[in-house]
This record gives sequence, structure tokens and C-alpha cells, in this order.
Amino acid sequence: MDMLASLLPAGIAVHAPALIVVIPLIMAAVAALMPRGIFAWGVTLATAIAVAVLSLNILGQVSTGGVISYAMGGWLPPVGIELRVDMLNVPLLLLVGIVGLLCVIYALPSVADEIAKKQQSLFYSAFLVCFAGLLGVTITGDAFNVFVFLEISSISTYTIIAMGAGKDRRALTASYNYLVLGTIGATFFVIGVGFLYMATGTLNIADMAAVLEQNGHDRVTQAAFAFIVVGLGLKAAMFPLHVWLPNAYAFAPNFVTAFLASTATKVAFYALIRFVFSVFHPEVNFVAMSFTWLFAVVGVIAMMVASVQAVFQTDARRLLAYSSVAQVGYMMLGLGMGTAAGLSASMLHLMNHALMKGALFMALGAFALNFGVRRVKDLAGLGQTMPASSAAFTVASLSLVGVPLTVGFTSKWYLVTAALERGWWWAVAALMISSLLALAYVARLLSAIWMETPPAGKAGLAPARRLAPWMVLAPMSLLAFANIYFFFHADPLVGLARAAANAVMGGN
Amino acid sequence: MWTPELSLALALAIPAIGGVAVALLGKYPNLREGATLVSAVLLALNVAYLVEIAPSHPVLELANLAPGLHLVFRLEPLGALFAAVASGLWIVNSLYSIGYMRGNGEKNQTRFYVCFCIAIGAAMGVALSGNLLTMFLFYEVLTLSTYPLVTHKGDENAKRGGKIYLSILLGASIGLLLPAVIATHYLAGSTDFVAGGLLAVNEVTPAIAGVLLVLFAFGIGKAALMPVHPWLPNAMVAPTPVSALLHAVAVVKAGVFAMLKVGTYIFGPALIAATPTSDALAWIAGISIVLSSVVAMTKDNLKARLAFSTVSQLSYVTLGVMLASPLAMLGGALQIVMHAWGKITLFMSAGAIYTATKKTEISQMAGLGRYMPWLFIAYTVGALSIIGLPPLGGTWPKLFLMQGAWESGHGLLIVALVASSILNVAYLLPLSARGFFSAPEEAKLKKKPPMLVILPPVITAAGVLVLFFLIGPLRDYLAPVFLSSSLAAEAAL
Repeated sequence: MDMLASLLPAGIAVHAPALIVVIPLIMAAVAALMPRGIFAWGVTLATAIAVAVLSLNILGQVSTGGVISYAMGGWLPPVGIELRVDMLNVPLLLLVGIVGLLCVIYALPSVADEIAKKQQSLFYSAFLVCFAGLLGVTITGDAFNVFVFLEISSISTYTIIAMGAGKDRRALTASYNYLVLGTIGATFFVIGVGFLYMATGTLNIADMAAVLEQNGHDRVTQAAFAFIVVGLGLKAAMFPLHVWLPNAYAFAPNFVTAFLASTATKVAFYALIRFVFSVFHPEVNFVAMSFTWLFAVVGVIAMMVASVQAVFQTDARRLLAYSSVAQVGYMMLGLGMGTAAGLSASMLHLMNHALMKGALFMALGAFALNFGVRRVKDLAGLGQTMPASSAAFTVASLSLVGVPLTVGFTSKWYLVTAALERGWWWAVAALMISSLLALAYVARLLSAIWMETPPAGKAGLAPARRLAPWMVLAPMSLLAFANIYFFFHADPLVGLARAAANAVMGGN
Repeated sequence: MWTPELSLALALAIPAIGGVAVALLGKYPNLREGATLVSAVLLALNVAYLVEIAPSHPVLELANLAPGLHLVFRLEPLGALFAAVASGLWIVNSLYSIGYMRGNGEKNQTRFYVCFCIAIGAAMGVALSGNLLTMFLFYEVLTLSTYPLVTHKGDENAKRGGKIYLSILLGASIGLLLPAVIATHYLAGSTDFVAGGLLAVNEVTPAIAGVLLVLFAFGIGKAALMPVHPWLPNAMVAPTPVSALLHAVAVVKAGVFAMLKVGTYIFGPALIAATPTSDALAWIAGISIVLSSVVAMTKDNLKARLAFSTVSQLSYVTLGVMLASPLAMLGGALQIVMHAWGKITLFMSAGAIYTATKKTEISQMAGLGRYMPWLFIAYTVGALSIIGLPPLGGTWPKLFLMQGAWESGHGLLIVALVASSILNVAYLLPLSARGFFSAPEEAKLKKKPPMLVILPPVITAAGVLVLFFLIGPLRDYLAPVFLSSSLAAEAAL
């Protein structure tokens, strides 16, 4: 940790919280000016590396020196905008930074295949805006700022999803639907923040929490809670506010799906935790009730319904998208337990799920890149034609089911233990049934890949093996390997998740 | 030099290295099979050493996943014995595999031998595991590594069988066994195998233990307790060497071994007897024994008949655990050994008949004993052992189980055991009779079976005979496990 903290010279390290947002924003403008896609990609890669290094450095700083509070422009909170890093948002910074970097490496061949040449620079620019927005949501300590960054990331997300239109025109409607729903969500959220401002007279999250603790809650703050939960729930694809997600994931460019699936909903979920636990307090009566009767219930329904829907999808990416909705249900359930164990299990699954879905969507992207396949039945025989990508896909899908030797098992272990600790036997049953459903939909993908014979090539020739480009293969294999590595070395992730839960729940 | 810890590690490493060697030597069939045989012999030697040192309980920590979650090996006599059975029969079965796979011109033989190595390694992992978490992990590896073996033929039938195989085994283990493991960890703070029973030592109430017992009994799908048995008959689409070693020895015995181990070291006999559900489970096991024997009678396909016979015989072990008396549990442990030797003989005979004649239905096998007398003698010896007649190994488990049933006040279950033996006679011996006494359909065999498919069943049949006389040492080796655990449990309660 000391090593990470001294990764950067002190002069830079002090400003790391600001730089991690500012650099991608400025670079977005630079990327837009690039004459060719590959240069824009170079800018994006450099940015992603910088962000990854900064996030590691911030992790080092927080674990050695405690909470970082950075006053933007020297204006001290609560008047000025505060950037604030504690153990709860550090995992998210790392996730966005490192998985983001892997996705960017993956982007070059994938984007070259899917986006028209003229648009590539603009595409990377929009991606960097989205990247900056997600980092901003994660790092800011100001409630209104969360809204601003949420909109920055969302609006750019609508753009990059719509750019899937080059391959499939349905990306336009998917993006439009998301735009409408996303805007409704953002509106709900900002109304909620407005109510909170009305009740507390401050926009700083820590300050709000202090004022609320002193003044107690009334109807206004309760309304604020409802609006904020709906607004952020929509962004996090909380059932039944998830309807935008399956099509958005299914028709966006592959790189975008891989990136969004492993970061965007996670960041929104983090924001939800931040508001529910830090601003409102889990011991306040109506918040505590919302845990059991809202988050846990909605989580369990998502785990069941979305998993069943996943079983019957014909499009491979839609299938995994429904699976994502179900997995968000696991996180909601963990949150709904309202205990430190539940929240840390939820955070652990958040990180682990990013590792799984990142690898899975990257592999589907590799299949699409080489053979243009999207439907489940078209995956037939890929085990023979693309063995390496198929192997990565297999590892990540077993992880999704929760088979031992993968992080999915670790997730499940902690979730079930937390449920038992809470005395929720029904939640244990729900987790198991949902795992079995996951087995069912994963089996469809895997049996197509490994058990079916590939369609014959032209003129009846045996289908040739095609290796995915190494820039696709390397990040994908790394994520798949991480699924195994962090099973044997669960300590770092479990430690991060525990520290995150303790940061908001108190305790040690 | 050859320390206990090294030996524990080698039990896992030898099959793993063997698998790599087989994969690398894929292009040279003779060297490849040489690698399999060398691994099998080395493993058996290593396990022989483990059997000798088992009473001293050496421990090997494999990995520390997170605080409180360890992968660890801890040797004890039950596991050593299971490892010895699996690794010993692996040698015989490897010889047989060579004869069978070449005799039938099977494809993808390299994949076959690699998966076989992994499966044996996983079986070793199950045998040596020192806590439930480790056992669960290797149990799942065993399921996954045997799937390509079950679907080896790759036709529609094999795929369908494979699908049922995987969905039942994975489904039961994830849906029932995993929550039971996690709940055990939650209730007891660890999943270690403890003499006298982890849950008993931690004073878990019999009611909760009863729920867990049900989850374990059905969650350990490999033990094939009805109604989670259909995966086993469906696994018969695999080539016969797979059915012989894995679905008569390694995989199914991993299941009942897990059951026995959970009963002995997680619950402890006293706690099992105190649970409200153990009686019901004992009866389900009894019903399983009789019912699957009846189903076996109706099957004309030899391998299907043997599969249902296995379902029946596996429930003997489950019955022994649920009766929870030291004698019954000893009977269960002996059944693991005795049934393994008997059943592998029968399966290898079935495969030899198939290799020589391509016949799979019993009704077509008239008179074949005249052409393959040694094989049919071996089959008959194996069958008599399964039935439980002296002087063959299969006698002892039945005897101890009956005594155990009487001792624990379940006299009525003796009827199930007797009925099963009678049914065994009715469905196993007709093949012998038909083989020797009916007139053959053809004047001579299409093809002379290779020596390597005839010799192995003869060896195991001889083994069955020898095992009858080895009962003294075996009992002395195993008895302390059950006596000490029941004593420790009584002390704990």
C-alpha cells in the first residue's frame, strides 16, 4: 500500500482526486480533434493508463492516510465542491480505472470493425466523456455534482450506444428508449436532491448527513428518499426499472457493452449505497423498512424473473443482459440485509460480477468480430473454431453460476453466509434457485459452443480456426484469469468489500 | 525424503502431471498409454504409503482463500481406503481402457485419457480433503471433468445423457449441497472434519441438524439416493471403461464416501441418531435399495441393468450412515471397497462382450460363455459377490449392515436387505446361466476379444475372492474411526 501511495510524486498525488476526472474530460476534447481513429484511440489509451495509475495511487493514499477530502479550486466544503474518497468508493475507482483500461485495449480492433472510420474519433471522445462522468459520480462528495456527472455519463452513453447502428439499426431505438428512461431517472434524482437541499440547506453529502442526523426526518426527506431511490435505481437497472438495459446491451457496439456492463450500473449502485447509507441512515425507521420491503424483495424478484427471462433469450447479448439484471438483484438483496456482512457481500459481488461480465461480453465481441454471430444458436461449434476465446467465455460463465475455483463461488459464499446471519432462510433458497437458473441459461450458451458442430465453411470445407486479435484476447484472458486468481486470493477483494461496508456502517 | 506432506501433494500432482504428459504425447498412442500406466502405478504406490500413515493424520494446507476459508488435506483411514480403491483399480482399468478403446476404434482418445487423469485427481482430492469446502471443490471438479467422458461418443444420445448427467449433479450440488456446506460453516465457524462430528461438538440442535442432513443426503447427488439417481443410468452412454471405473468406482464412490465422511465427521453418529429425519432417510435408502433392484430386473440392456444395480448398492452406504450405529457405518465403509471390486468386474465384462460381439442386450448373449469362459467365470464371481455370498468380499458389508440395523432397532430394514439380495440373484445370474447353458446364436465370435479386455476382469474377480479373507485387517483398520467417533460424540453430548 505504501508502494502504491508513493507511486506518483507528491505534487501530483495531492491533486490525484481532481486529475482522475479532469484528465479524461480534457482528453475527450483532444480525441475529438484527432484526424484518424487510431490516434484518438492512442489518446484514450494514454488517458485510461493515467486513470488506472491514479486510481491505484488513490487506493494507496486512502489505505495509508484515511479519507481524502479535496476542495475543488480551494473552496472549502461545505461551500465549495468537495471530492471525497473513502473505502467505499475506492473499489469503484479501481474497477472503473482498471477494467476501463482493459476495455480500451480491447476497443481498437472491435471499434475498427464496428464504427465507421469517420466517426471513430468522435466515438472515442464520447467514450472519454462517459468515462469522466462515471469517475466523477464515484469521487464527488457533493450531491448535486452526482447529478451533473450522472448526466454527463448518461448523455455520452446514449451516443455511444446509438453508434451500434452501423451494425444493427435497432441500436437507435434502444438508445432512444434509454434516453427517455434515463432522463426520467435523472429527473427523479434531481428532484430528490432538491428536496434534500430544501430540508438541509446544503448540497455536500457529509454535511447533509450531519444536518439530517441533527434535525431528524420529515415528509420532505422521506419524499427525497423515494425520488432518489427511483432515480438511481433506474440507472442501476434495479428491477423493474431495468427495461432499458437488455436492448441497450444487445445493440450497442461490443466494446461499449463490455465497458458498461462492468462499470456503469456498478457506479449507479454505488451512488445508491452512498445515499441510502451515508446521507440517510440505515437505522432510521423508513430506511430500515425499505431494506426489507423494497431492496430485498425487489432483489429476489429480479433474481428470479430476470433469470427466467434470460433462459428464453435468443440473442446471446440479451441473454447476458437479463443475467445482469438478475445479478443486480443479488447486490440489492445484499444491500437489503442492512447488515455489514450483507453490504460487504454485495460490494464483493459487485466487483466479481464486473470481472465475469467483462470477460463474457468481450468474448461475445470476439465471436462477433470473427464470425459476425449474435444469436445463441449461431454460437454453435465456436469451441472448435475459436478455442481460446471459448475457454475464457467458459471460465467466466462458470463463475456466473458460482462453480468453485471461480470468484462467483466466493460471492455466493459470502452472500449466503450474510443471509444466514440475518436469519433469512428464504433468501438462501432464492440464491440457490437463481444459481440453478443461471446454470440453465449458461448451459444453453456452453452447449452451443462446445457440443454443436460448427456450420460448414464455403464449398463444404471444414470451418477454419480463427484466432481473435491479441488485443482482444489479452484483456479477455486476463479478466477470465482474474476470475480464478481471486478465488485463490480472495483476501484483497474481500478486504476491500469489508472496508467499504465498514466505511458506511461504522464498526471495524 | 518421502514425507507425509509430500505424499499428500503427490496424490494430486501425479494425476495432474500424468494428464499433461498424456496431452503432450497425444500423437504417440503407445507412449501416451505408457504415461497413463506409469501415473497409475506411481499413484497406487504413493497411496499405499498414505494408507500406512493414515492413522497419524498428516495435514497439508493447499491454499488459504480468505480468513476462515482454507483448502486443506487431512488424511484419515476412510479417505486413505477410498483413495486406495480408486487408484488401485485405475491400474487395472487403464489396461482395460487400452484394450477397449483400441478394440472399438474410438475417436478422441487423447481427450479421453486426459479427462480420466483429471477425474482420478479429483477423486483423490475428495478422498484426502480435510474440510467440507475442499471436498465440495473437488467434488465439482469431478463432475465437470467426467462430463466430456460421458458425452465421448458425441452423438445425440450421448449429448442427451450428458445434459441429464450434468444438470442433476450440478443442480443438486449447487442447489442443496452448497447451502448445506455454507450453513455448516455458519453454524460451526469452520467446515473441518472433526472426530465425533463438527456439528455435535458445536452443539447444534438436532432439529437444525435434521434439516442439514436432508440437504446433504440429496445434495450429494453422486450417492444416487432416489430420486436424484437418474443421472447414473444416463451416464451409461459413456464408453465402458468410464462406466467401469468412474460410474462404478470413482464418481459414485466419491458420493457415498462424501456421505459417510459427512456422517462421521460433520454430524457424528450420535447426532444423526438424534435428528428427526434420519429414520425417514434410512427408509428412503431402504426403498431405494429395493425399488432400483426391481427396475434393474426390467432392463434388458446389460449396462442399464448394472447401472440400476449400482443405484441400489450405493444406497447400502447411505443406509449405513443413516442407521448411525458403528457396525452399520463400518458396513457402509466396507461396501465402498467390496462393491467397487465386484461392480467393476461386471462392467468390464459387459465391455468385453461388447468389444467381441457388439452386443448390448442380455437376451442376445446366449451361449457366449462357451467362447469366453474366463470372462463369464469372472462375471459370475463378481455377481455372486454383489449378491453377498461367501467366500467373496461382498459378504461382509451385508452382514455388518444387517447387524447394524438390528442393533439400532431397525429390524424391519433387514427385510429390505434380504429382498435386495434375492433380487440381485434374479437379475445378475441369468446372464451367467444363459451364457453357459443356452445354445449360441452364431457358430463363432465375429472377432476374438483382445487379451487386454479379458484379463482385467479376471484380475478383479480374483481380487474379490482375496478381499473376503482380508476382512480382519480391514476391520481393524476402519473400526477405530467409527468407535472413536461414536465415543467422542457421546462425550460431546
